[in-house]
Amino acid sequence: MKKPIAGLALAAALALPSVAVADEDAKLIINGEIELVTETEPAAHLDGALRSVRSGWTFRTTETQALQMDDFDNPGMIFVDQALDSFETVDGAAGKSCASCHEDPAEFEGLRAQLPKYNEEAGEVWTMEMYVNNCRTERMEAEAWGWKSQPMLNMNALISLQSRGMPVNVAIDGPAQSVWEQGKEMYYTRYGQLELSCANCHEDNYDNYIRADHLSQGQTNGFPVYRLKQANLITQHNRFRGCIRDTRAHTFAEGSPEFVALELYVASRGNGLSVEAPSVRN
Amino acid sequence: MKYLTTAIAALFVGGAALAGQIAPSDVVFEDGAVAQSLTGVAGDPENGKVLMNKGAGNCIACHEVTALQEWPFHGEVGPILDGAGERWSEAELRGIVSNAKVMFEGTIMPSFYKNTGYTRPGDAYTGKAAEGELAPLLTAQEVEDVVAYLMTLKYE
Ligand code: HEC
Ligand code: HEC
Repeated sequence: MKKPIAGLALAAALALPSVAVADEDAKLIINGEIELVTETEPAAHLDGALRSVRSGWTFRTTETQALQMDDFDNPGMIFVDQALDSFETVDGAAGKSCASCHEDPAEFEGLRAQLPKYNEEAGEVWTMEMYVNNCRTERMEAEAWGWKSQPMLNMNALISLQSRGMPVNVAIDGPAQSVWEQGKEMYYTRYGQLELSCANCHEDNYDNYIRADHLSQGQTNGFPVYRLKQANLITQHNRFRGCIRDTRAHTFAEGSPEFVALELYVASRGNGLSVEAPSVRN
Repeated sequence: MKYLTTAIAALFVGGAALAGQIAPSDVVFEDGAVAQSLTGVAGDPENGKVLMNKGAGNCIACHEVTALQEWPFHGEVGPILDGAGERWSEAELRGIVSNAKVMFEGTIMPSFYKNTGYTRPGDAYTGKAAEGELAPLLTAQEVEDVVAYLMTLKYE
């Protein structure tokens, strides 16, 4: 009699994790009021590569999903609060803070949904980090923040939050087109000794498990994401680095022109998904 | 000069590889299969089993194998390998493990006995550039060991 009972207990224990798997049809409603688009029609430029475009949120466990549904539970929000402080903090030779020029972070509503984008004056495609650092060095005469430094991550989260719920809508034509093409080429390049491209995992195999990881489409609408594993916000380029490193490849640097191009291309694959920043992932 | 370089290269390969071992670039594929043992030494299925789970093999990252349920988290990227030893001959399995891209054009499966032709190869999982000649993901004997293990996978 003992054996079957032990067997049952084991089966129950084994069954536990499966209770937690993602509920594909779950709706992402934040604070009971902001409803986000987590699945949408693919943009024409995807040329049928995806049947539908899905946020990384739809692939996470119900527990992880829940953390993003209430700002009191979302660990990323602590960093947004910290950024609110640094928004007001004077730094640099010009004696200015962000607030000296921008009355309220709310002024940045819509910006995150368009980034990265072509900056006319600079003549290149700029990400959030580049815009923020340009203000720091040119207008505040302060030191540039490191690409993945805590204040940069926090500020990125604060400014991105102002666009939460708005559809990602990056431009891929005009002067941005050649950069977009470069990013696309990278997305399909099989890097490293394992010879795996972004597409191998996030286009050909999303929804499949690779070892213990449930592969998503590798969308970037949630960035900066709060990653439970790292107990911090992380940048897109940090994630790209990790993914390329995992193919036993020589990665690119955070902030490199290559990763800016990849960021534009990957963002364009998610056009139509809501900005979720700061999202929560495992 | 040219002869000298070649001689040194030959010496180097000879020194790195064990006697009777076939170098990655010398493996002969026929319809995706490799008839000749890479080492001439019979594979050890026990070690092959270990490689299925960890190290540079990590086959169950992508494949499910019922006989390996003692280890959790089998992937779904490749087909389930139950019965592989019946579906395929030893030569075919050696070919698939050595370089699956010969048997299955464009496959996602990494090539385990190959050491050139990569885009931005890294120094293992450090993210840094690889320096010098790369070692294949599995040694010749490890390929033989994995093949020996796959041969034990029969249908019930
Ligand atoms: C070997 C498989 C593999 C490859 C190749 C790969 N990734 Fe990933 N990626 C993962 C896994 C596993 C995760 C974590 C689970 C998930 O979100 O999909 C992940 C997560 C991500 C995320 C986070 C998604 C979110 O919602 O937080 C992004 C963005 C991403 N990858 C982009 C890329 C890009 C761009 C490339 C190519 C440069 C790439 N990946 C290559 C396996 C891979
Ligand atoms: C990154 C994913 C991945 C890894 C790692 C991987 N494989 Fe595969 N494997 C595949 C895919 C995908 C196929 C299907 C071939 C195709 O693309 O049509 C395959 C096919 C096979 C087949 C033939 C399929 C059949 O009928 O059984 C065998 C045998 C096999 N793999 C063994 C291995 C072994 C042994 C290892 C480790 C040394 C390994 N694989 C590692 C993805 C992988």
